[in-house]
Amino acid sequence: MASSTSQSNAKRHTLSVLVENRPGVLARIAGLFARRSFNIDSLTVSPTERPEISRLTVTAHVEQEPLEQIIKQLNKLLHVLKIVELDPDTTVERELVLIKVAADVQNRSDVLELVRMFRAHVIDVNTESLTIEATGSQGKIDALMDLLQHYGVIELVRSGAVAVTRGPKALSDKVVGSEITGR
Amino acid sequence: MARPTPLQAFSGVPKGTAQNDETPANGEKMTGAQALVRALEDLGVKDVFGIPGGAILPVYDAIKEDTKFRFVLARHEQAAGHAAEGYAVATGRCGVCIVTSGPAATNLVTAIADANMDSIPMIAITGQVGVNAIGTDAFQEADTVGITYPVTKHSYLVTSAQDVPRVVAEAYYIATTGRPGPVVIDLTKTAQTGEMYYTWPQRLVLPGYNPTTEAHGRMLENAAKLFTQSFRPVLYVGGGATRSHASKQIKELADLTGAPVVTTLNARGIIPDSDPKMLGMLGMHGTVAATGAVQRCDLLVAIGARFDDRVTGKLSAFAPTARVIHIDIDPAEIGKNRSVDVPIVGDVATVLDALIPEIRKAQNEYGIHDLKPWWDALNKFRTDYPMSYDRPEDQPTDGTLSPQWVVSQLSKSADPNTIWVSGVGQHQMWASQLVDFEKPNHWISSGGLGTMGYGLPAALGAMVGSQRDHDGSYPVWLIDGDGSFQMTSEELAAATIDGVPVKVAILNNSVYGMVRQWQTLFYGQHYSATILHDGEPDADDAPGESGYVNVPDFVKLAEAYGCVGLRATTKEEALDAIKKANEINDRTVVIDFRVWKDAMVWPMVPAGASNDTVAYREGVHPLDNSEKASEETLSSEGF
Repeated sequence: MASSTSQSNAKRHTLSVLVENRPGVLARIAGLFARRSFNIDSLTVSPTERPEISRLTVTAHVEQEPLEQIIKQLNKLLHVLKIVELDPDTTVERELVLIKVAADVQNRSDVLELVRMFRAHVIDVNTESLTIEATGSQGKIDALMDLLQHYGVIELVRSGAVAVTRGPKALSDKVVGSEITGR
Repeated sequence: MARPTPLQAFSGVPKGTAQNDETPANGEKMTGAQALVRALEDLGVKDVFGIPGGAILPVYDAIKEDTKFRFVLARHEQAAGHAAEGYAVATGRCGVCIVTSGPAATNLVTAIADANMDSIPMIAITGQVGVNAIGTDAFQEADTVGITYPVTKHSYLVTSAQDVPRVVAEAYYIATTGRPGPVVIDLTKTAQTGEMYYTWPQRLVLPGYNPTTEAHGRMLENAAKLFTQSFRPVLYVGGGATRSHASKQIKELADLTGAPVVTTLNARGIIPDSDPKMLGMLGMHGTVAATGAVQRCDLLVAIGARFDDRVTGKLSAFAPTARVIHIDIDPAEIGKNRSVDVPIVGDVATVLDALIPEIRKAQNEYGIHDLKPWWDALNKFRTDYPMSYDRPEDQPTDGTLSPQWVVSQLSKSADPNTIWVSGVGQHQMWASQLVDFEKPNHWISSGGLGTMGYGLPAALGAMVGSQRDHDGSYPVWLIDGDGSFQMTSEELAAATIDGVPVKVAILNNSVYGMVRQWQTLFYGQHYSATILHDGEPDADDAPGESGYVNVPDFVKLAEAYGCVGLRATTKEEALDAIKKANEINDRTVVIDFRVWKDAMVWPMVPAGASNDTVAYREGVHPLDNSEKASEETLSSEGF
């Protein structure tokens, strides 16, 4: 999932997919990406403000044509309710990363300086390490990770992106009624 | 009620949702298995195919003397699936098959995939172990829903008896509407044996399923305008038009616009072959006129077709000068392989009903181009490169029958209502080229998946349909190959015992003919693993080099299954056998035609090559006279 496609005109796209919260939905969607040989960068699933609906956020580096095809294929899955490609200009997007850095007495203060600059948090301290929690856009997280690399990263875990549009509207507004709970 | 967690999306089985909280106030009390049978009855299902087994026994127990549908027992689950497909194509109704769990479900996967590729409405009901045994590697357990995700339109795992009628109703609706396709219902033993309260009709809960059937008005206008601007239009008609029962509309459109009609394999018969506007099948083994028309046209109107590689050849060289109108009910097909100038999403018949008046209006406004030069060119293709096998190099050199001659004779002497079925291979191409198709839905063949062994069970299903709709008066002729036939020949038992008589013509060349043809043309005549020893020309006299003769002997095989077996090695015997077969309507007849193993399917476009390189015969390239065309062999892209 981590590798991105190295196509010429590939741009980063973020899709928000509303699905019925039902068993096996993620398997169907992940399987669809795999068999249409569609490389994704990240995928996040979470519940939404409506318990019967889950929301997937997918990011991928792709050209326009394969993207359109995969959106159409996703739309054919019956459990998929709504797909929107989020416009980066009107979207707030965040990722979360936990990094365990090899920081000892000698360079701990240097690392803490970085943590402060990036408005990240230290969530665990040890004589040999610091664990840092950071949230932000992909670019900010990448920059922080580049800088921390220098001190030695012991362990790293990073979430996929989650994103919402700016303004008062919800994506699920477009999914009418409580039809789904009828089951 | 416990809330479902987001991670439930990973799990196959719902947990925590209290499904049986509400007790339905009304409804008839019964088991889930009984509810399944009742729901099928209430849907109006008349014929069901299948094989019983441990995890589906409660359902079979619920099938009784007074059950309203006929049950036909297959001998292999794959065949049960193909029979349901054949039935669906022949009748236009949803095919239904019921098999057990594990190996039965995996056997059925081929048929499900086949139905998915050819958009055949089908409900496949599989048994499943009890809910508490799921995931424990129980006896005959397989993750049927997981295995079939990629090859179904939709699938259900039913864990509670109360869900059964709703799921069956939804499955039927999904399978038969929009772009038709197979729906799997994986029915746990828990759901079959559990008690529930049956009500009908059921409320369908399908928030994510809204197929578009009617076209967008603006698109119709644009399409109509393109028609009036075209000097060289072609209607490229695919299986979607057959599924949509649009033959009347296709004919009307062709007559109104004067455009020639070319079809894919699945749309053979959509308008009669005797219609002068019909140029035949296009693509890898299509007629020169049809392939030529598409390559030279300025307007390509794809109707319920999906630009398959067997049709387009090298995609970048397909219909290079054409603007494209694409009518399809599945939005994902539009622009998938070929970019489109006017996309129209909708049901073919509905769209054409709306498009035809628009074209008439546009014709009144902008006038009509004279298509005579276009037709002159096409008619020249037709006369210069006819679909026949009369040339000297087509004639057998070893005293066997010409397979193409056999097909022509079958077509000539058959009842006009005959439903034609084929397996997959050379015989399939010859059947599609040489049988005279005059009616839609009278041609049943595995197109997209190309499933060898499809023929006999599909023929069985078609005959069951004929018995249901026409009192059996529409005969079914299966044109099969010796290789293809052997993959499902056990179904002769079902044909005999369930009283489903079909007529089987085996074009027996004792080899895997289509593979051999490729080996001849592209692999230096290295006949690796393609010789079958089931019909050597001299088989009746002495064993050939291998020492084997007639393994199996198809005449004896037929007789062993209670069918009539005939062999034909000469033209007289062949005509005699065909006559006999046409007269016998109470038993299945199998004719073993000994045909020439070096017979070829022509014309041919090598896989992955441009359609312009089409060879009418070896070295004859009607669309491209340059030397490059004859050098064209299998490209690395070809498969």
